Formats: sequence, C-alpha cells, structure tokens
Amino acid sequence: MEFLRKVLTIVNKDIAAELHTKEMISAMLVFSVLALLIFSFALDLRGEMAEVAAPGVLWATIAFAGTLGLSRSMAREQQGGCIDGLLLAPVDRSAIFFGKAAGNLLFMAIVEVILLPFFAALFDVPLLRPGVLIVLVLGTLGYAAVGTLLAAIAVNTRAREVMLPVLLLPLAVPVLIGAVRATGGLVEGRTLGQVGGWVRILVVYDLVILAVSLLTFGYVVEG
Amino acid sequence: MDNLRRYWLGVLLAAASGVAVIVALGMVFFYAPREVTMGEVQRIFYFHVASAWIGFFAFFVTFLSGIGYLATDKRRWDIVGLSSVEVGLTFITMTVVTGALWAKPVWGTYWTWEPRLTISAVQLLIYVAYGMLRASLDSSEQKARFGAVYGIVAFVTVPLSWVAIRWWRTIHPDILTGGEGMAVTARMTQTLLVTISAFTLLYATLLRLRVSLEQATDELARLRLRLERRSSS
Repeated sequence: MEFLRKVLTIVNKDIAAELHTKEMISAMLVFSVLALLIFSFALDLRGEMAEVAAPGVLWATIAFAGTLGLSRSMAREQQGGCIDGLLLAPVDRSAIFFGKAAGNLLFMAIVEVILLPFFAALFDVPLLRPGVLIVLVLGTLGYAAVGTLLAAIAVNTRAREVMLPVLLLPLAVPVLIGAVRATGGLVEGRTLGQVGGWVRILVVYDLVILAVSLLTFGYVVEG
Repeated sequence: MDNLRRYWLGVLLAAASGVAVIVALGMVFFYAPREVTMGEVQRIFYFHVASAWIGFFAFFVTFLSGIGYLATDKRRWDIVGLSSVEVGLTFITMTVVTGALWAKPVWGTYWTWEPRLTISAVQLLIYVAYGMLRASLDSSEQKARFGAVYGIVAFVTVPLSWVAIRWWRTIHPDILTGGEGMAVTARMTQTLLVTISAFTLLYATLLRLRVSLEQATDELARLRLRLERRSSS
C-alpha cells in the first residue's frame, strides 16, 4: 500500500506537469492525426483497403507517437535536474520506474482513446470493440514500459530524441507484430479467444519487460 | 611468464581457427554432396547457418557480460560485451547477406520476409543500435552501464521476436529435421557441424583480439595521462 501511494504520487506529479504544459498529449495527438492523414494519402485508405491496412496503420501511428511522448517525458525530468530530486526522494527506484511508466501509459492511453473513434469514423473500420481495447492496453503497457526504460537511457545521449526510436523499435517487434495481428483478427470479426496466441505473446512480453526493467532501472538512473 | 603463456595461447587459438576454417571450406566444397533440387548454391547454407549461430551466440555473451558488469562494476566485463557485439555484428551481417544471396536463385527474390532471415535482420538492427548508443555517450562509465542494460533488455526480447515472426509467416526450408525443401544427408550434417565449430573458433579468436585491442587502448590512455602529469609537474 505504501509502495502504491509512492507510485501514485509520482504519477500525480506527471499529471500536474502535463495539465500545466499540455505539451506531451497535444504533441502526440496532433502527430497521430497527421500520421493518419499521411497514411491515407500513401495507401489510399478506402473500403476493403482500409480494413486490411487499419491495424497496421493504427499501431504504426501509436508506436511513432509513443516515441514522441516517451522522450518528452524523460527530457522533462532531465531539464532543471528534476530527476536528481526524484532520486533524492525517499522512494525505491522501482517506485520511480512504475510511476514514470504508469504516467506514460496513461498519456498514451488518453491519446488512443481520442484517436480510436476518430480512426473508426474516418476510415469506416469497426475498431470500437471490447477486444480491441484489451489489445490496446496490453500492447501499450509493454511498449510504455520498455520505452520508459530506454528513454531514461536515451536522454543521456548526445542525440537524445533521435536515439530513442533507434533503441526502442527493434525491441518492440513482438509488441507490434502481436498487437497488429490481434487487432487484425478482431477487426475481421474473430473473438478474443481466436486470436489468443497473439494476446499471449503480448502478455508474456509485458511480464518479461516489466521484470527486466524493474531489475535494471536502478542502474540506469544512478550516477 | 603469465603474459608469455597467454600470448602462445592466443597464437594457438588463431592457428586452430585458421586450420578449422580451411578444413570447413574443404568439406563444404569437396566433401558435402551436391543438393538435389537447389544445386551448388545450397553450399552457401553452411556459412549462412554457422554465421547465424555466431550472431545469436555473440549476443548471448554480451547479455552475460552485461549482467557481469552490473553485478561487479568491472571494466573487464564491459570490454567483453562491447567486443562481442562488434564481432557478432560482422557475423550477423554475413548471415543476412548470405541469406539474400541464397534466396535469389532458390525463391527468385533477394529478400523474402522469411522468419529466420527477418529475425537476423532485427538482430542486426539491435547490434547497430547498441553501437550508436555507445557512440552517442561521452563518459566511458555511462557507455558501459547503458550498454550493459541495453544488451540485457535487447537479448530477452529476441526469443519473443522470434516466436512472433515465426507465427507471422514461414517458408524456410526445415533443415536437419529433414522436412520440406531440402534433402539432408549424413555428409551434409557433418559438414554443417564442422563449419559451425570452425566459426565458433574464429569467433573466439576475433573476440580475444578485440578484447586485447580495447585493453591496449585503455593502457595507452593511462600512459598518456601519466606522461601529461609528469610533464606538467
């Protein structure tokens, strides 16, 4: 309980900062809409084509928009030495990791909640299904967790924002394949049980990444 | 005395891998039979599989040395991890290139999104990202620490990527199990095993050389620092 309270305090801090600046969510949202526009030009998303390409377009948009938010979230800690303050606070490194990851998950989820009905209406694809929401949560959880860890690394490099996608995307391959396949199956009208294999990949990935990130996060932020 | 023994051990290792590679080459071209459906081009398979194995193994070594570094803070572990990535990068590039060369005559195209080839390409990108990460950091302590963490996290995602890509699609000839696509004889299996052993020896030799090169760089930096201090005082 004590641990959960500390995590929530860190999430609250991020929410307060975001409400103040609104830079993360607005950047991700505008970028997502722009990405949809570009995909629509590039792939001519109408009718059957839209249905076939929708899961891929959706997750590519989420992945790229996610890198924007993730690097911003960590850059904010780095500026003005906020990360040092966090590290001096009497909390576990794991609480800091969970707090940052939960904040990133929350912001990405907000963007997705706005994006999804917009996407469904724009391309007339049946995305608004409970199964799709579950896949979104599982996929975003793993992506945000590994992204939080890697953003904490990337923020120390000279290339910074450029570095995060290079580090993150090759490690997010299982999430992207699993989420695209599961979403695709659901759009075609299959049940969550019928795409169970893909959902299981997402769950295993989430668990493995959370465990490894918890074990290594302390080494990333020290010193 | 210890240095001298280590030197001769290195020479022995280099000689052994040299002999092993020559033997493997001889077996690939003269001992292994001509494959029925694919013909001579199938011989690239021995190099392809052996280098793919090293590409994966080298990454495993980096994973282990990452754990070693985080646990002990010893520069020695970081050197091994870094060297293994660089040597592994060479081999994984070879895997992807030989895979493309093999795919052209057999499947009619240089690149098919075939699982084993795709996972090698993903691994290649991870190796490149590792290199870029280190190049983009200034302090050697950060290079070591972040390199170790990235090596660990990246390695644990590889099996999952593999499963995901494999489910995604598969048209690779199922080797060794006999399966579709390729007729495997005992001679082919023997040749493959010799090639894999030769490549493993070659990997060990290259890793050893790369490690000693890095140690020499460290030593040089130390000496330079001492020289500067002496001349300034």
